[in-house]
Amino acid sequence: MVKLSFSAWIVGLLFGLGLLVSGMANPEKVLGFLDLAGAWDPSLALVMVGAIAVGFFAFRRAAGQERSFLNEPMQLPTRRDLDRRLLLGGLGFGVGWGLAGFCPGPALVALGAGELKALVFVLAMLAGMGIFELLERRKPS
Amino acid sequence: MMIDWTAFTPWSALAGGVLIGLAAALLVLLNGRIAGISGIVGGLLAPKRGDVGWRLAFVAGLVLAPALWMAVAALPPIRIEAGYPLLIVAGLVVGFSTRYGTGCTSGHGVCGISRLSPRSIVATLAFMAAGFVTVFVARHLMGG
Repeated sequence: MVKLSFSAWIVGLLFGLGLLVSGMANPEKVLGFLDLAGAWDPSLALVMVGAIAVGFFAFRRAAGQERSFLNEPMQLPTRRDLDRRLLLGGLGFGVGWGLAGFCPGPALVALGAGELKALVFVLAMLAGMGIFELLERRKPS
Repeated sequence: MMIDWTAFTPWSALAGGVLIGLAAALLVLLNGRIAGISGIVGGLLAPKRGDVGWRLAFVAGLVLAPALWMAVAALPPIRIEAGYPLLIVAGLVVGFSTRYGTGCTSGHGVCGISRLSPRSIVATLAFMAAGFVTVFVARHLMGG
């Protein structure tokens, strides 16, 4: 348990440093990437390229293992079907992302940098997630 | 389309991307988990026994990353143009939608595409398209 938390903490730090280095933690840069019709800044496409170049090999390796190196079960998603929720959720997220230039990870990093606006965004995001949980629990399944 | 070459930072974007990829690689190979921020945070709102510690630790790492950075160098700029009402709306929409669509830029965009998951590829295309359209409407149609 302690080992798992320690590795997750190190991973969180590394992830946060990556967001800072890449420019993803800066909403101005994110919006510059999303503004195709303006003065377009293509940088963030390269963040995806760099991350996927490493991730591709790691996930291929992980898919062949029953358990992780810390002896945890591999919890990889298995669904391959496309449904309405996936599409609507994706579209909705894109709208929210485009409104302020924040997605969840960068907002938490900006919060750590002491940005009051990021704190407000994160609290609203937690509220949005909480509303989702409440609606899911009310639904008979 | 006009590329803003003065804002283009290919090397830092690529280097940051590699760090993010390494983080995702470590989390799956060590903990057997997907490094999806919305999923990790969302799981804290419906806590299960024995499944809380690593999530909190991960989030603590993300939040502490700027402090670690500042121990060595000045933080890169973080400019947030949006006002408070817009930030609240955007936060609510991002929070709800990422849980509804089971992922965000990290879970679907980085991990999912790395796994060549058809669901994540579709979700990523959807949120990228919606992001492009939203910024177009806000900046060019409404004159944001």
